[in-house]
Amino acid sequence: MTLSLDFSWLRWKWRTQNGFSQSPSESTPLLSPEMGQQSYNPTEQRVVYPNNGMCHQDWKKVSRRYPGNSICTTKYTLLTFLPQNLFEQFHRWANLYFLFLVILNWIPSMEVFHREITMLPLAIVLFIIMVKDGIEDFKRYRFDREMNSASIQIYERIEQSYMQKRWQDVRVGDFVQMRCNEIVPADILLLFSSDPSGVCHLETANLDGETNLKQRRVVKGFSQQELQFQPEYFHSTIICERPNNHLSKFKGYMEHPDQTRTGFGSESLLLRGCTIRNTEVAAGIVIYAGHETKAMLNNSGPRYKRSKIERRINTDIFFCIGLLFLMCLIGAVGHSVWNGTFQEHPPFDVPDADGNFLPLALGGFYMFLTMIILLQVLIPISLYVSIELVKLGQVYLLHNDLDLYDEETDLSIQCRALNITEDLGQIQYIFSDKTGTLTENKMVFRRCTIVGSEYCHQENAKRLEMPKELDSDGEEWTQYQCLSFPPRWAQNSATMRSQGGAQPLKRSQSARVPIQSHFRQRSVGRWETSQPPVAFSSSIEKDVTPDKNLLSKVRDAALWLETSDTRPAKPSHSTTASIADFFLALTICNSVMVSTTTEPRKRVTTPPSSKALGTSLEKIQQLFQRLKLLSLSQSFSSTAPSDTDLGESLGPNMATTDSDEKDDASVCSGDCSTDGGYRSSTWEQGDILGSESGASLEEGLEAPALSLDGPELCYEAESPDEAALVHAARAYSFTLVSRTPEQVTVRLPQGMCLTFDLLFTLGFDSVRKRMSVVVRHPLTGEIIVYTKGADSVIMDLLEDPACVSDIDVEKKLRRIQARTQKHLDLYARDGLRTLCIAKKVVNEEDFQRWASFRREAEASLDNREELLMETAQHLENHLTLLGATGIEDRLQEGVPDTIAALREAGIQLWVLTGDKQETAVNIAYSCKLLDQTDTVYSINTENQETCESILNCALEDVKRFHEPQEAARKLCGCLIPSKMPSAMAPKVGLVIDGKTLNAIFQGKLENKFLELTQHCRSVLCCRSTPLQKSMIVKLVRDKLSVMTLSIGDGANDVSMIQAADIGIGISGQEGMQAVMSSDFAIARFSHLKKLLLVHGHWCYSRLARMVVYYFYKNVCYVNLLFWYQFFCGFSGSTMIDYWQMIFFNLFFTSLPPIIFGILDKDVSAETLLALPELYKSGQNSECYNLPMFWISMADAFYQSLICFFIPYLTYRGSDIDVFTFGTPINTISLTTILLHQAMEMKTWTVLHGLVLLGSFLMYFVVSLIYNATCVTCNSPTNPYWVMERQLSDPTFYLTCLLTPVVALLPRYFLLSLQGTYGKSLISKAQKIDKLPTDKRNLEIQNWRSKQRPAPASASASASASVPASGPAHAPPPCHIVPPTRQQDLGTSTPKNSSPPRKKHAEDWVLQSPRCSRELSRDDPCSGDTLAKLSSGECLLGPNRTMAPTAYTRGQKDVSRHSSKGSHRRSQSSLTI
Amino acid sequence: MTWSVSARGAHQPDNTAFTQQRLPAWQPLLSAGITLPLFFCAGLAFIGLGLGLFYSSNGIKELEYDYTGNPGTGNCSLCATEGQGRSPPPNCSCAWHFSLPELLPGPVYLYYELSNFYQNNRRYGVSRDDAQLSGLASALRHPANECAPYQLSATGLPIAPCGAIANSLFNDSFTLWYQRRPGERYVEVPLDRTAIAWWTDYHVKFRNPPLVNGSLKLAFSGTAPPPNWHRPVYELSPDPNNTGFINQDFVVWMRTAALPTFRKLYARIRQGNYSAGLPRGAYFVNITYNYPVRAFGGHKLIIFSNISWMGGKNPFLGIAYLVVGSLCILMGFVMLVVYIRYQDQDDDDNDDE
Repeated sequence: MTLSLDFSWLRWKWRTQNGFSQSPSESTPLLSPEMGQQSYNPTEQRVVYPNNGMCHQDWKKVSRRYPGNSICTTKYTLLTFLPQNLFEQFHRWANLYFLFLVILNWIPSMEVFHREITMLPLAIVLFIIMVKDGIEDFKRYRFDREMNSASIQIYERIEQSYMQKRWQDVRVGDFVQMRCNEIVPADILLLFSSDPSGVCHLETANLDGETNLKQRRVVKGFSQQELQFQPEYFHSTIICERPNNHLSKFKGYMEHPDQTRTGFGSESLLLRGCTIRNTEVAAGIVIYAGHETKAMLNNSGPRYKRSKIERRINTDIFFCIGLLFLMCLIGAVGHSVWNGTFQEHPPFDVPDADGNFLPLALGGFYMFLTMIILLQVLIPISLYVSIELVKLGQVYLLHNDLDLYDEETDLSIQCRALNITEDLGQIQYIFSDKTGTLTENKMVFRRCTIVGSEYCHQENAKRLEMPKELDSDGEEWTQYQCLSFPPRWAQNSATMRSQGGAQPLKRSQSARVPIQSHFRQRSVGRWETSQPPVAFSSSIEKDVTPDKNLLSKVRDAALWLETSDTRPAKPSHSTTASIADFFLALTICNSVMVSTTTEPRKRVTTPPSSKALGTSLEKIQQLFQRLKLLSLSQSFSSTAPSDTDLGESLGPNMATTDSDEKDDASVCSGDCSTDGGYRSSTWEQGDILGSESGASLEEGLEAPALSLDGPELCYEAESPDEAALVHAARAYSFTLVSRTPEQVTVRLPQGMCLTFDLLFTLGFDSVRKRMSVVVRHPLTGEIIVYTKGADSVIMDLLEDPACVSDIDVEKKLRRIQARTQKHLDLYARDGLRTLCIAKKVVNEEDFQRWASFRREAEASLDNREELLMETAQHLENHLTLLGATGIEDRLQEGVPDTIAALREAGIQLWVLTGDKQETAVNIAYSCKLLDQTDTVYSINTENQETCESILNCALEDVKRFHEPQEAARKLCGCLIPSKMPSAMAPKVGLVIDGKTLNAIFQGKLENKFLELTQHCRSVLCCRSTPLQKSMIVKLVRDKLSVMTLSIGDGANDVSMIQAADIGIGISGQEGMQAVMSSDFAIARFSHLKKLLLVHGHWCYSRLARMVVYYFYKNVCYVNLLFWYQFFCGFSGSTMIDYWQMIFFNLFFTSLPPIIFGILDKDVSAETLLALPELYKSGQNSECYNLPMFWISMADAFYQSLICFFIPYLTYRGSDIDVFTFGTPINTISLTTILLHQAMEMKTWTVLHGLVLLGSFLMYFVVSLIYNATCVTCNSPTNPYWVMERQLSDPTFYLTCLLTPVVALLPRYFLLSLQGTYGKSLISKAQKIDKLPTDKRNLEIQNWRSKQRPAPASASASASASVPASGPAHAPPPCHIVPPTRQQDLGTSTPKNSSPPRKKHAEDWVLQSPRCSRELSRDDPCSGDTLAKLSSGECLLGPNRTMAPTAYTRGQKDVSRHSSKGSHRRSQSSLTI
Repeated sequence: MTWSVSARGAHQPDNTAFTQQRLPAWQPLLSAGITLPLFFCAGLAFIGLGLGLFYSSNGIKELEYDYTGNPGTGNCSLCATEGQGRSPPPNCSCAWHFSLPELLPGPVYLYYELSNFYQNNRRYGVSRDDAQLSGLASALRHPANECAPYQLSATGLPIAPCGAIANSLFNDSFTLWYQRRPGERYVEVPLDRTAIAWWTDYHVKFRNPPLVNGSLKLAFSGTAPPPNWHRPVYELSPDPNNTGFINQDFVVWMRTAALPTFRKLYARIRQGNYSAGLPRGAYFVNITYNYPVRAFGGHKLIIFSNISWMGGKNPFLGIAYLVVGSLCILMGFVMLVVYIRYQDQDDDDNDDE
């Protein structure tokens, strides 16, 4: 439904509570005229004076204080760039640490390296970041400048006309005129629109990504205006809220010079950044400008998330700091001790500049600090930079994956958060939305029930069951249609096809425009579908095959409607009348806008006029009398493609009606709306044709039906199910032709158009869960309220049958309600979305009274929402039920498969949906989230104590299943492979609803709930609000400290997406809000499989291993320096030239890890997909955890020892000098580190090889050049000609050959042992990977079949051990239990005899499957479909009509134990 | 419909091997089967190399003598005690007598070795001014701050060469005397004191400041010698190509040693009759004992050594190669066992399936 708006509002609210100051609280009473002008409080309100001749003084006084419209989104200016950027950068503690080191190095007694050089790494890092920030900021600056200098028409007081000015010149209070397709420069109150009805159309794609046009209305009182708006005569003062960031919340009033006030709301506000569409000219007064516009206030920067690995890194860095501290301490103590051994100062102990020697302790302290400088690389500064680079590369590869690209939407994955790619490989919990995520959110009308009779639409169902390819395969589909439709239709299609040669091309041309601006692309006509998507609904959504039975009734109904004007307002419950009403309600009761494909984005706002206006009503009726005999099959034609000729010939007719026609039309509509004469405006398309072409009667008959499709009406709905309903009505020839704010035109099956005056529209909101329209029937003049909404709400609002005096009517009403409820339950059982349609006839007085209340509410500034809500509730009661619809939301492609794979990967999948329980449960079954053999607990309660006891018992129950298993595992632990026991446990599903969640959160039952869920295979939360969704995610994330992922597509998922470690948005049907707040946006749910299993695994293992390697690398290298301290008197000198040390980290060893981090594949994508279990290695952080870290540390120590001491022993006692000694060590460690990297690489490509070799060669080249050219450069010490000398020394080569071998020997040895004996999943998979393709497949099958027995036996044991008969329950033989058997097993459960349960017998019942059979027999609503109803439905559903509130119902129904389990599922329901 | 073709897939990623991560790749998986031959090959190669190294190192002859002068270690102890606590120490010389039973094959190098002398001490090692040593006139007058406290003399003159390294220049000197047969007169063996420093040091890195009026002394005027020096830098040697900053002893000394026990080349013996080496007979080394080392527990040694293709005597490398080689072989055998057992197990597994 229209949830998006409301939830977006919720989101803003949530955000303001966190970050923003409280939204201003006005205290102005509702339209109180005594409020003086002086009391405007600018701190609470915004006062806007118009900038025209009259009010200029006031304007000058006030609006000076308001900021102008020029925007500046840059962070820095030219002057503040350097200090501010540096300031921000030093917020990173790593940078601070290095700054500290640099400062230390400036103290002479601690200067290890050349002080200027020490600054270099830090300076480079700072500089790179600074350049990056600078470029980004400059881009913003350029964009700002572009925006600011865009031109716009501003009213100039002196010239008294609009002048072309720049955006930045717009001031608050200015009058601004905008033309079609211009972008709104500021937040503007709409005062004039060229549209006669005072409507301005707006595209808000820039704001929220929703491409459907929104309507904005001119402020009341300004709609009846002359051709041009005259700003000079505008003397009112505007008082409204202070700037805030609520996109859809705005209220204020206008105070006219005569002290009267007019209220207005967000429906009159044009927001900055939106585009004017379909309106020639719009003008308004600027309310908020520049940074105070709602769009700008909503503009928050990108979020920064820290990945799990980064958190891990931070702790390990603390270990490194500890290590550093230890090493420095050793150095300090060593230095003191060493100095203490000399009685007098030896010649090599150099005093300070004044010739004084430091005392030992102070020397030790200085040495401590010196050592920090020396060993600083232990804290890897380059790691951060490298990680950023690696993630950039990973994101690039992610973005380019063809498998994550959706052709239909032409979208590949969007990575909006660049720094959490590796978290994708560690996900343990997935929270998924249902609608639009698991399902397609392509709403398809499936079936309906009208006044108690069900129309199952079998043909429609059949059509929907056709393979999905139909959507894209036009030929086949047409054939199918030809077969299944009446012969007439076939003819039609035949003609169509014979003419089809040129026609589709034309179509596509005409349809080109909307597509280019339209991102939600779907295919349009079934015969055009080989083309790219053209319109807004796919054929599958648009085409509804009518139910034959219903169709004939509709025809009758239409006739009834036709004649109803002669016997008005008869309170009839006759079926035909209700059917007509039902379809009228479907057509009218919505906010669907009509546009044509021939004139893109052009709204059909005036009904297509015709020459037939002159013909009298009687004539038309006569015609219909004649026609109805023949028009049997014609109403099918709404689904039929339009006849080209007719369509083409009619199309222009509509668009370009000649002037007198137009006049007629306007006169007519004017009459209807103003004179209150309730004239019907009807006309008949067929007549035009008849008169025009003189066609035969039969052709004339065909015409109206065909003309329905003529201009190819497109429906733009705020939510897809609204569109689905309109399409469904259209299938029965109730066609929505046009919609204006004042009128709705519907074409009836006979081709007659009825124009309803739209008196009020009570929009949908999530609290009321319904919407209503109040219309005046053109024929009868009755005021009718059509209400459409969730069944739970509507059913409560129905006219109480008890109040009806007539017993028969009462009975009938009761029957209708009961039957409808039954059908609703049935729909829900089938996973359909249900909506109830109801109507109410209001008498004139009541309506007028209500209308005045409503107007007052609309105009009020305070508690407007509350008042509106209240007035709505006043109207929406005592409804008469018309019927209900079932809309199918089809599962997305590959969802069950993906869910199965994710589950195999050890990921817990929860579905959090706002949908109702039955629908959710059924979707869960159909997407294999729940298995037929699962035990399902449903908890529905509001009471905290009840909830607690239910949780306790369920826990006890679950644990009973588990303990025997665990005992068995202990007994024969060696026999059962380690993975078996967890799979052996019975699988449990948990279904919980929003109310229960509330009880859990309020009752502090979170821990129990979580404990229970941990035993569950899957958890379903239904009826949950966005807030609850995010609370659940937070609860699981924080309490279980697991990695969570949320995936959703709608605005109601935003909070959940933001709460999770990773938020994934599905760029689907419901706008862009989910995508905007997500970290990754994918096109379909099934992409999640590859995203997580392959990319997630890779990203994780790559990055994790790179990080470990980095730690190793730094420790290994730095330790060389440390070991040297033992031979230089702990004086902090180095044997390697500082430049070469910098280069070592910067150039020689940096690239291979980065390439490794981007490209390495431990296991191939195919294997990863085939064996989802491999994902567990990431979940368990196998690549990078504490043992891994310490192992690599130990290895680093060992390797550095080897790298230092072999050269040491080799050169000991020789005439080696410092740098000559250091060069082989440097070379050796480089070789070792690179070879270590080579051993880590699991996949070698040319790139890997090149980079490794390149790094190695670069070392020599750079060193040779540096050593050859630096004669006195790096004073006081430099390695001049050292490398050259070494390269001519055989000892150098001998050492460099031996040392890396010794250093890497243990690792190599262990790796090859692991490669041979490795039991880990990954190493097994690697072995499989090495095999040739066919063998590999065989091996994978083997693997999977080894895992298979576990689930099989588990399901068997689950079904068998549901009763939990004893602790020593032997696992049953491995065979698949037939579904019926489970019931028997269930029945044998001594359920109510167990003491703990008895205790709670009053409160709750544990329903076991046993009930299902008896109950389905007992149940009055027979039929096997009903037997499928789950227990919860039965309790929640029909009872609702009996008990007014849920709570009392709960109390009453305690005794009502009866409930139905699924006839094939073992289901335990805990119900209150 | 052409537009649709171009529009469709506008955002479609490129289907290249790189972007789809399908680059042809080699997946080395270490396992016993593969590493087995590697271990054996490496082991054998290392043992071979080790043997060669061991023998060539063993072929190198070294003669060394500790002349520190600890009490009871020959006549140098006299000098040592005499010089104790006196600065500057008095001129004193002592001698080391030795005889060669057979020819010490040439070229023979004469080293001195100091132990427990930390030339690599950070503050010591940086106490020099390379710019000054490279003959830069400005640096001569204004030594770098690193040289402090040996930057300026007590009188405020710049010290040339400045710094602690130069100040602590090793100043013992040796002469070698040879007696072919007992009773014969000792003849001095010519010690080649040139080209003992690195060629690049002597020719590029160290340069005297530009001569003033053809005189090195004038070039150094206005500077003071380091406090420990008895003579100014331009009088280090009478040979104009071996004095000043390019004095070979000085250059050698300025190349600071990496480890606290180090040798420095003093001279090469390769002239005249001694080009083939030191013939058998009796020798003595006359040592001018100046350099105090006992204060910091150091030792002074004098060493005659010849060198092989792989440099000086160094048994370690050969032994290391031998040990590592054998280790490789050992691991190879372990791998062999592993491999065989794994094969068996694999067969078992297959049988199970």
